[in-house]
Amino acid sequence: MKSEQEASASHAGPIVELSGVNKHYGDLHVLQNINLEVSKGEVVVILGPSGSGKSTLCRTINRLETIDEGSIAIDGKKLPEEGKALAKLRADVGMVFQSFNLFAHKTILENVTLGPIKVKGMKKAEADKLAMSLLERVGVANQSHKLPAQLSGGQQQRVAIARALAMRPKVMLFDEPTSALDPEMINEVLDTMVGLAHEGMTMLVVTHEMGFARKAADRVIFMADGQIVEQSSPEDFFTNPQSDRAKDFLGKLITH
Amino acid sequence: MEGYLSLWDEYGSRIMESFWANLQLTFWAALASLVLGTILAIMRISPIPSLRAFGAAYVNIIRNTPLTIILTFGVLVLFGVFQLKLTNDFDLNFFQIAIIGLSIYHAAFFCEAIRSGVNTVPLGQAEAARAIGLSFLPAAWLVILPQAFRGAIAPMGNVLIALIKNTTVAIAGSVAEISGLMKTMLEYRADVGVLIFLTVALMFVIVVLPIGALVTWLSKRLAVAR
Repeated sequence: MKSEQEASASHAGPIVELSGVNKHYGDLHVLQNINLEVSKGEVVVILGPSGSGKSTLCRTINRLETIDEGSIAIDGKKLPEEGKALAKLRADVGMVFQSFNLFAHKTILENVTLGPIKVKGMKKAEADKLAMSLLERVGVANQSHKLPAQLSGGQQQRVAIARALAMRPKVMLFDEPTSALDPEMINEVLDTMVGLAHEGMTMLVVTHEMGFARKAADRVIFMADGQIVEQSSPEDFFTNPQSDRAKDFLGKLITH
Repeated sequence: MEGYLSLWDEYGSRIMESFWANLQLTFWAALASLVLGTILAIMRISPIPSLRAFGAAYVNIIRNTPLTIILTFGVLVLFGVFQLKLTNDFDLNFFQIAIIGLSIYHAAFFCEAIRSGVNTVPLGQAEAARAIGLSFLPAAWLVILPQAFRGAIAPMGNVLIALIKNTTVAIAGSVAEISGLMKTMLEYRADVGVLIFLTVALMFVIVVLPIGALVTWLSKRLAVAR
């Protein structure tokens, strides 16, 4: 199924490419010389303790966070600093937030169609059709005329995934998508994400869900103190971590 | 009582005409200052530093200038010195200059009311709008402001109520409105002086009370569920 994604490739290199990225919050050096490539169709999971900079890293990729040094490119195009060019590039990068961030004054359907209509100039009828098929896919089509506040957290997050998919993004960023959910709703969101991964979507996922990393990741990146400490296949990472920080991190998980 | 009734015989139609002027001033100034205030609010939240600085400077200068001075400036400087003629009708010209003055003044307050509404919109809404590829203006217009207005109904209602009452300052801009007529009536009918005051006050109360109730109802009804 990855062939469909590959067929539309416009650029042979990695979809996401970070080189020498540095960022400071005052004295705190939150991202230290980060180099990272994500290839087409690859699912990369970023793990690490709180405050390790993994969310910040995720947010720099569509420039919701600015960087001090280094460069970030999406599908071979360097991320512009601001303006229309940046907006255009952001349209190619889907983002799913920890707190869902559905547009509170718009219905579920309008949340999904807003981008296609206003950014891509799609006709409303066509956008509605696209949105309904995506809502169907994430299992909330029957809620399309409700407002976000009327849905459960798990349903809202699945709508947020549909909203991002409606832009036909080249890569999807997930910034702790299940951290704000009640335990019984985590699986419905993770199942949707596993489905996406199997369909060949390029994904970069910041999460604490080790099960998802094992099941769906092609590569696990372990971050601590603003640095990429270790990266390997999920199998290797969980069974044979190399660094002390990773051993310590995994050790703390298992004792609970 | 007889004296009061004869006041109405004598001035009734002028009372209504003058108060109608206050209502017209309110309507046009509310419309213009809401538009101008929205533009200023967009400037104040924009990513462009020079626009933000302009918006902040406007609000801080205008908000801290007495309305009487702004309206007098309109008549004595814009008309008196620079001969500003928006129309050839002498009275209408003052009326329109007063609308401009009221609008300039209240735009600063509408701007701040709308900005307080913007503060009720979580940052994540703007981030989500940017993440789907909306640039600043569409994100502000489609996502932030619709929620900001709904969160700012109560403070905007307060500005509107202040505006209604502030139209009485238009006498400083030579507009024949109710407080000007009140002064005339007090001069000629000192016998019913207190009743004249109460009558004019009551007219404003009758207009403002329902607006206050409407604002309360709207702000509950239109509140954004989160």
